Amino acid sequence: MTATATYADTLLALARADERLIVMTAENRAPIRSLPAALGDRFLDTGITEQTMVGMAAGLALRGRIPVVHALATFLTMRAFEFIRTDVGIPALPVKLVGTVPGILSEANGPTHQSLEDIALMRGIPNVNVFCPADVGDLIAGLEVVVNDPSPWYIRYCDRPAVTQHAPLEIGTAEVFAATEEDDVAIIVAGALFREVWDAAALLRNDGLRVRIVNLRTVKPADEAAILDAAKAALAVVTIEDHFETGGVWSIVADVIARASISTQTLSISCGDSWFAPALLPDALHTAGFTAEAIAARISTELSTLTSF
Amino acid sequence: MDDAERDALESFAHRVRRHVIGMSAGGGCFLGASLSCADVVTYLYRRFLRFDPTHPSDPARDIMILSKGHDVPALYGTFVELGMLDESRLKNHLSPSDHIYWHPNRAIPGIEFHSGSLGHCLSVAMGIAYDVRLRGDDNRVVVLLGDGELNEGSVWEALLVASAYKLDNLVVVVDRNGFQANVRTEELIPLEPLAAKFEAFGCAATTVAGHDFDDLDRGFEQMPITAGKPSVVIAKTIRGKGVAQLEGRADRWFCRFSDTEVAALLDELESGVETQIDAEVLVVR
Repeated sequence: MTATATYADTLLALARADERLIVMTAENRAPIRSLPAALGDRFLDTGITEQTMVGMAAGLALRGRIPVVHALATFLTMRAFEFIRTDVGIPALPVKLVGTVPGILSEANGPTHQSLEDIALMRGIPNVNVFCPADVGDLIAGLEVVVNDPSPWYIRYCDRPAVTQHAPLEIGTAEVFAATEEDDVAIIVAGALFREVWDAAALLRNDGLRVRIVNLRTVKPADEAAILDAAKAALAVVTIEDHFETGGVWSIVADVIARASISTQTLSISCGDSWFAPALLPDALHTAGFTAEAIAARISTELSTLTSF
Repeated sequence: MDDAERDALESFAHRVRRHVIGMSAGGGCFLGASLSCADVVTYLYRRFLRFDPTHPSDPARDIMILSKGHDVPALYGTFVELGMLDESRLKNHLSPSDHIYWHPNRAIPGIEFHSGSLGHCLSVAMGIAYDVRLRGDDNRVVVLLGDGELNEGSVWEALLVASAYKLDNLVVVVDRNGFQANVRTEELIPLEPLAAKFEAFGCAATTVAGHDFDDLDRGFEQMPITAGKPSVVIAKTIRGKGVAQLEGRADRWFCRFSDTEVAALLDELESGVETQIDAEVLVVR
């Protein structure tokens, strides 16, 4: 993939290579605007009907198709939740659910559009896997693998510009950056805040800290080995997510660490138990405490093991 | 339809009802709703669907999905009579060792999709119908809904889309037995004028007497009813049809009877002479 590849181009290439692919949307066309003309009848816009779209996707998948469905993450995962659980999850049909403008990327839309529980909801459904790409490069690096995997998947769409080159996706394998055997802090992230984490790590490194970044990519299945390795190698584990604290990256990491009976210092940076102040992305990141500077500051002030250095 | 064909259908449906009543023993089943659609299901499998019971996965088959999954005893009874399901397996009803329970499971050959949550299978059927059209095939996709199920907004949302995409290979059949779970539809959430509602949503609708095979023939004679539109057949039926003391009663939806009571009900089905059941009559869920 070239650096200029887009999601729509990549999806179109996959659809051209495989007649089974059907691109669907509940009239959210922003990321796939170029596809109707290119795909003809294999582009299906059901209108503002998330439930009907998911039900139809299940019917198409029963017939051997691979539907890739698009809707705003909140409406896809919540309005159509029971259709996903019952018609896609129970029979484990290969429907790919693409939730657009998730989490902080909903910017100024307000709480109705803030999917801050989508990861929790989707990973809670048996058979449904979850991919949280860090940026557009990560999304493109993983799309083919996820589309061709026989499981249902939720893709938490992220088209932010890439800050680094991503390796091809291996399901259940995290991307680990700057790991040493004795890190001061390991930051575990999934999704859109990867960019801020990348810059926060640079700030912390300027202060002399050894900072590992773990980009989970697929949060279900999560790379438990990478989480455990981070927990063992680093003095502190930090999770960062534009998601409620319940059910997302923090919950996954805490589960894995607790099950392995590892004792370590931890810090959760998330939306906690509240919606964020609606605003354009830079302002939303700022008020939510998700800028690189804010993340670096919290890590250095709240982790006593680090400040003791 | 000649007399012999009609007799054969009536006899088939009668045997389906015997299986249904048998399944109300022990843990019980949704008896009223299963008996109301027994003739419709019989008609579909014996006379309408292009379906070879010896090849239930034939790609050329018409597809039938039971959206109101709680009447699955009627479907299992039909599968037994078609030779697709061994009758002895009905004795496994509600046993964790088999897949035969209160709602359909795809592990049973012939079950195209599981159901149980109302308002789902119309859109699933539409996905199938859309794929059939993409392939240029002529399979018809039939989905059987309950009238109570029509309370679900997802049904009407799906109809808008089915109509927009002119899915005329889709046949929606409504088992119009007049009851929701606990009360008459018209007393709770009135549906009439029902055919007009479907027409207003862009479908072609017809209403038939759902226990009359000649009238079912008339309703299903030409599909699609109108080219370019989804077809809707509203089958007017009677809850509990076939056993007088079960018929048209709000308290005979989910029933659980003792073996003795089941035997009495089967006698009544055969003789038409009403028997008396003095045990507790209903378990409404």
